[in-house]
Amino acid sequence: MGRIGAFLRLGLTLCALVLIATPAPAQHGRDVPPSAATGAPSGANPTAQAVTEEQLFREMRKLEGRVTIPDSKAAILQQPQGRDYRAFHEGVLPWIGGIVVLGMLVALIAFYLYRGRITLEGVEETGVKITRFNAFERFTHWMTAVSFIVLALTGLNYVFGKRLLFPLLGPDAFASWSQWAKYAHNAFAWPFMIGLALMIVMWIKDNLPQRGDGTWLRQFGGFMSGRHPPAGRFNAGQKLIFWAVALGGLALAGSGLVMLFPFTTFDINGMQIAQYVHGIAGMLLTAVIIAHIYIGTLGMEGAYNAMGTGEVDLGWAKTHHSLWVSSQQRRAERGTPLGRRAGAQMGR
Amino acid sequence: MARMKFLCDADRCIECNACVTACKNEHEVPWGINRRRVITLNDGRPGERSVSMACMHCTDAPCAAVCPVDCFYTTADAVVLHSKELCIGCGYCFYACPFGAPQYPNVGNFGSRGKMDKCTYCAGGPAPDNSEAEFAAYGRNRLAEGKLPLCAEMCSTKSLLAGDGEIIAQIYRTRVLQRGYGTSAWGWQTAYRETIAI
Repeated sequence: MGRIGAFLRLGLTLCALVLIATPAPAQHGRDVPPSAATGAPSGANPTAQAVTEEQLFREMRKLEGRVTIPDSKAAILQQPQGRDYRAFHEGVLPWIGGIVVLGMLVALIAFYLYRGRITLEGVEETGVKITRFNAFERFTHWMTAVSFIVLALTGLNYVFGKRLLFPLLGPDAFASWSQWAKYAHNAFAWPFMIGLALMIVMWIKDNLPQRGDGTWLRQFGGFMSGRHPPAGRFNAGQKLIFWAVALGGLALAGSGLVMLFPFTTFDINGMQIAQYVHGIAGMLLTAVIIAHIYIGTLGMEGAYNAMGTGEVDLGWAKTHHSLWVSSQQRRAERGTPLGRRAGAQMGR
Repeated sequence: MARMKFLCDADRCIECNACVTACKNEHEVPWGINRRRVITLNDGRPGERSVSMACMHCTDAPCAAVCPVDCFYTTADAVVLHSKELCIGCGYCFYACPFGAPQYPNVGNFGSRGKMDKCTYCAGGPAPDNSEAEFAAYGRNRLAEGKLPLCAEMCSTKSLLAGDGEIIAQIYRTRVLQRGYGTSAWGWQTAYRETIAI
């Protein structure tokens, strides 16, 4: 008992000594600013090494740090590129779309009023048919065409819907329409891309630049003069359409795929760039296709049959695609049939 | 009328994530959505700073500007809210937001994101105040009860301030003068087009 008591007294004494030795906490009315005090124990100025917002904006494109969340997008503190995106999407893109699409419509209306429908005047209707496009080509064209129309209308809704349709439909109806438009846009993208790939494979051979193309373009295809510059299977104007669709379509498909699987290939800046590419290419291609639809339906008599039934009148074909008809006739002499009803008649 | 703002004092934030937890719990935010998050700059190095970031409720909000269905609206307190009924989940608001505030539940095929969710300044949404419908979609509406956002209320160091812009700017100004340092109000130039002059 005595030994334990001695230890206890020793312990208490040591505790008392420690407590007395501890300096009393400063009893001030309020905190003393570091400038007036001796400063931090380490002597470091807490603000000198801290990063400021302006400094980070100068050094980095976007401000990112470390987060405990697995989603890397959450690490973004500020991305100033969002301001550029907003300016583009609300300021630039609607103007591009308005000018390009409405401008094309105005130009076509003006052309129609001036020139009218290009008829078969001066062309002898022979009654003999020649096959222009086979069933698979027509199927591919129409699948791509219908998809494109849906994609263009639903795509334009993203930019112009709230400006043009919202005032007519009201918020709930417009939001429902936009929701289904988004689903349709995502769904029809796939047949469009498949059709695009098929069209490129099928027709790239006949759309390579050739000798007569420069002449055809200089004469504007004879649209104004009434003359008919010679052309192969596709004239230079059609070749321009092909390349516009091929290259524009590939740009749309590429940027579209990036957006169908967001943040799998690119970070937020890449996604914004995909939006820029997709919006501009979409607007431009829509304008081009409006012209293509015009010339293939209203603009030129006899043109629709090519993609409608696949068979065109031989006289029409000789007038507009003389070189192609010649090469087809040479092949017919070697045994390939010219057209469904024409084969039996060609021998006479 | 008050103009509500957030201010996170980066020199006081200790990355405790109380604000994150408070928000998640109070609004029963679904898994994967982070309305508020703490970002650490220069982690582990001298001059390390942490900032708590959620929607800043900007003046002239870029999210509202780019929305194709105009589902955003600004309240009289300058709180930026949106309607999940109208939202089509296109993702444009996330591309435009300088702070990465919009979040998506990520359900569906081919990047269809679901309805956007973000910090509501504890002010709910277009549904009737403090109703079941409002809580299910947007979380608690504290502002309608006269309370301030819970993240700022729960901040352990009072680094995250929420309230009328004039008042919290004054608090921050007083702090900086008294202690002698401050790395400025993060995000204020971008969100409100103003800085706090000290």
